Amino acid sequence: MEEKVPFVRVTRRQDFKKSSVWMIRILAFVIALVLGCFVFLLCGVSPLQAYAEIVKGAFGKMTGIRQTVKIMIPLLGTALALAPCFKMKYWNIGAEGQITMGAIGAAFFAINFHDKLPGAVLLAVMALAAMILGGLWSAVPAFFKSKWGTNETLFTLMLNYIAIGIVAWLQGGPWEGKEGSQIVPNFASNAILPKIGGIYCGWIIVLALVFFMYFYMNRTKHGYEIAVLGDSENTARYAGMDVTKVIVRTALISGAISGLVGFMLASGANQTIYSGIAANNGFTAITVAWLSQLNPFAMVLISALLAGLSKGSSSLKTAMGVPGSISDIITGIILLCLLGCEFFINYRLVFRHKEEKNV
Amino acid sequence: MENVHAIEMRNITKTFGKTVANKNVNLYVDKGVVMSLLGENGSGKTTLMNMLAGIYFPDEGEILINGKPVSIRSPKDAYAHQIGMIHQHFKLVDVFTAAENIVLGLKEEGRLDRKKLSEKVKAIADRYGFEIDPDKKIYDMSVSEKQTVEILKVLYRGADVLILDEPTAVLTPQETQKLFDVIRAMRNDGKAIIIITHKLNEVKEISDVVAIMRKGEHVKTVRTAEVTEQEMTELMVGRKVELNIERSTPVNPKPRLTVANLSYTDSNGVKKLDNVGFIAYSGEILGVAGIAGSGQKELLESIAGLRRVDDGSIIYTPEKSHPEDLVGKSPMEIRNAGVSLAFVPEDRLGMGLVGSMGMTDNMMLRNWNKQKGIMIDKTESRMLAEDIYRELEVVTPDIDYPVRKLSGGNVQKVLVGREIATNPSVLMSAYAVRGLDINTSYTIYDLMNKQKENGAAVIFVGEDLDVLLALCDRILVMCGGQVSGIVDARTASKEEIGLLMMKNSQEVN
Repeated sequence: MEEKVPFVRVTRRQDFKKSSVWMIRILAFVIALVLGCFVFLLCGVSPLQAYAEIVKGAFGKMTGIRQTVKIMIPLLGTALALAPCFKMKYWNIGAEGQITMGAIGAAFFAINFHDKLPGAVLLAVMALAAMILGGLWSAVPAFFKSKWGTNETLFTLMLNYIAIGIVAWLQGGPWEGKEGSQIVPNFASNAILPKIGGIYCGWIIVLALVFFMYFYMNRTKHGYEIAVLGDSENTARYAGMDVTKVIVRTALISGAISGLVGFMLASGANQTIYSGIAANNGFTAITVAWLSQLNPFAMVLISALLAGLSKGSSSLKTAMGVPGSISDIITGIILLCLLGCEFFINYRLVFRHKEEKNV
Repeated sequence: MENVHAIEMRNITKTFGKTVANKNVNLYVDKGVVMSLLGENGSGKTTLMNMLAGIYFPDEGEILINGKPVSIRSPKDAYAHQIGMIHQHFKLVDVFTAAENIVLGLKEEGRLDRKKLSEKVKAIADRYGFEIDPDKKIYDMSVSEKQTVEILKVLYRGADVLILDEPTAVLTPQETQKLFDVIRAMRNDGKAIIIITHKLNEVKEISDVVAIMRKGEHVKTVRTAEVTEQEMTELMVGRKVELNIERSTPVNPKPRLTVANLSYTDSNGVKKLDNVGFIAYSGEILGVAGIAGSGQKELLESIAGLRRVDDGSIIYTPEKSHPEDLVGKSPMEIRNAGVSLAFVPEDRLGMGLVGSMGMTDNMMLRNWNKQKGIMIDKTESRMLAEDIYRELEVVTPDIDYPVRKLSGGNVQKVLVGREIATNPSVLMSAYAVRGLDINTSYTIYDLMNKQKENGAAVIFVGEDLDVLLALCDRILVMCGGQVSGIVDARTASKEEIGLLMMKNSQEVN
C-alpha cells in the first residue's frame, strides 16, 4: 500500500504566522539571487562582483541614488494609484494611458500658457489639468462597467493605445517643434518642476501620496466602501452603498493620481512630452502593487528594489560589459520567485517519505 | 470467512493544518445494510466519507474493502472499488440528457448507442423503482430528478457501496419518501448504503444502524431500533440537551407588513414572484416554507429593497408612525425604517458579511454612513462586536480576525447578532440555522423568540419543516413564486405543507 501513496500532495496552509511569511519571501529572494549566479556564470562574469556592481550602481554614489529615486517616483506613484482599484477588485490596467493623458493635460498648459501665467500658478494648473484628464480617462471605463457590465480589463487596456496614439499625433502635428522632427520642444523653465536635493520635487509628492493613500484606504468611509465592495458587491448593496458611485469615484481618484504621475514625468523627469512618456510604469506598477499586497508602505520598499535593480543593471552594463538583456533576465528571475513564493505561502507540499515518518 | 465487511476503515486520521477533521476512526458497513452517519456540523462526517470517495487521502490508517486493504487516491479509484458517492452539490452537465450524464467519462468500447444506453439506464431504474426519463435534459429536471440521475450514475458504474451526503436536504417530504423506497430496494439488493445526515427522524426511519460522530471521532455505532432520538442527540452533542422550542402566544398582534400583488421578474425574464400577498403581524413569527428556489430569497430581497419589483405594494406600518409603501425606497431607507434582513446564503457570507474583515468592521456595515465627515469611527462598532462576542459566545481568536475563517455557526451568530442589535420592528431571516449544530440552532431560535416577544414581526425562512412547525405561529408556503397557502403552525401537519410545496409544480412541468 505504501508505494501507492501519491508522491507529493498539495494542501492548504492554515493560520500562517506573519514572521514565517516574510521568511518565505526572503528565502525566495535569496533563491532568485542564486539562480541569477548561473546566468552571470554563463556570461563569464563573476556573480558576486556583478551583484556588488548592481548595488554600487544603484545606491553607491549620490548620483546613483538620485537616478534610482528618479526611476522610483513614477513607479511608486502609479502603484499607489492602482491600490484602491485593486482593493475593489476593479482591474484597472490602464494606468499607462492615464499617465499619458495626464502628461497631455500638463503639456497643453506648459506649451500654451507658459508666457501668460507665473511659475507657481502654471505648475498648479498643469497638475490640475493632468489630474482631470487622467481621472476622466479612468472614469469612462468604470462608468461603462457599472452601468452595462463591460469588461474593465479590456476597456482600460485599449484606452492605453488611444492615449499613446494621441500623443504621437500631437508630436508630429500641432505640438511639433522643428518641422519634420516629430519632437515636442522642451518646456519653458517656469513649466518645469523645481529640484529639491538634486532631484525634481516629485519625490516629495509621492511620499505625501504614500501617507495619503494609507490614510484613505484605512481610515475613511471611502476606504471602507472600497474594501466592502471588493469583497462582495451584494454586501455593499445590502449595506446601502451606491455601487456605481463608488466604482466611478474610485476609478476617478486612481486615474487622477496616475495623471499626476504623468504631470511629474512631463514636467519633472522629461521636461517635454513624447508618446512613450509613461515608459511602462503603468504595467510595472501592477507588479509593485501586488508584491506589496496593496500596502502603501511596502510599495516604497518594492518600488525602491525594482528601481535599484533597473539603475544597477545599467551601470553593470557599462562597468562590466554585460549585455542589458542579462539584467532583464535577473529582474525577471527575482519577480518570478517573489510572485511564485505566494503559492508556498498559501499551500504546502506534502511528500510521501515525510508521511511515512509520521506513521 | 468471518468479519469481512463491505467497507472497513481502521484508525483513520485526517488533519487540515492544525485542524483535526478525523481522529482514529474505526468504522465498518456490511452488505445489505443502511447506515446513517450522524453528527453535528464540523464533526467530520463528510471528510470521512470523502476519503472513501477518493477526494481526500487519509493521513493515517487504512481502508479495507471486502477484507482487503486498498488505496483510494481518486474518484476513479473509488469507482474501481465499487464505491460511489452522491455529493450535496450535484455534478451534472446541464445541457446533456440524463443518459449522457450517466455515461460521461466512461471509456466504453465502440460508438455510443443511445437507444441501447437508454434501455440499460431504464433497466437499472426499474430494478430499484426510480422514475426517470433517460432522454430528458438536466436543465428540465427538478432537484429530485437530478438526484436520481446522480444515483443512477453511481449504480451504472457498478457501485456496491453508496454514500449519500445529506440527500434529503433539498427534497419535499413526498420526494423523501420516494428516495427512501429506492434506498430500501437497493439495500434488499445487497448494497451497502451510508447516509450522512443530521435529521434524527430520518435516521430512525431509514437506517438499520447509526454511527455517531463527535468532533472528528467515532463515538459509537448502535442499532437504530435500540436507540431513541434523545439518546442519539446526547451521543452527538456529548451532553444532555433540551429539544423543545418554547412558543408563546402572540401578544396583541397588529399588521406590521402588508404585502399585496407583489410580482418580480429577474434579469433572465423568469417570473420569480407571482402575485404574492400576505400580512406579517407584530409579535408573531411567520414561517416561510418551500422547496429551495421557490421565490423565498426574492421575496425577502424585494422587501429589503434589493430588487426592483414589477408590481405590487409592501405597506409597512411602524409602531408609532404612519403606514408607508416600501416599494421604490432604497435599501438604506428601508433598513433605517426598522426593517432588517439577516440572510444566510449557501456560502454563509454572501450578502450580509464581508469575509475578509473582522467582526468590528462587519458591525460597521450597519452604521458606516450614519457618521459625519469623511473619517470612519470604529468605537461604537467595536463595542457592539465585543457584546456579540460575549453574549452569543462567538468562537474567534480575536474580534478583528477575518470572519471568513470562522466556522459556519460562528459566522451566523455574528450576522444574526448584528441584525438583532438594531432592534428591528421587522426581522427577516433566511436559513438562519443552515448547517448549525443543535445547540447553536437553539440559541438562534431563542433570539427569534425574544424578538417576537419584543413585538417585532419576525419572518423566518427555513428548510426544516419540523422546526418551522415548532417555532412559528403561522407558515406561509411558497411554490413556484406563488403563495400556495398559509397555515396555522399549531395545527398543520408536515404532509399538508409538503403538498402545498408541490401544489403547482405539476402544472408548471
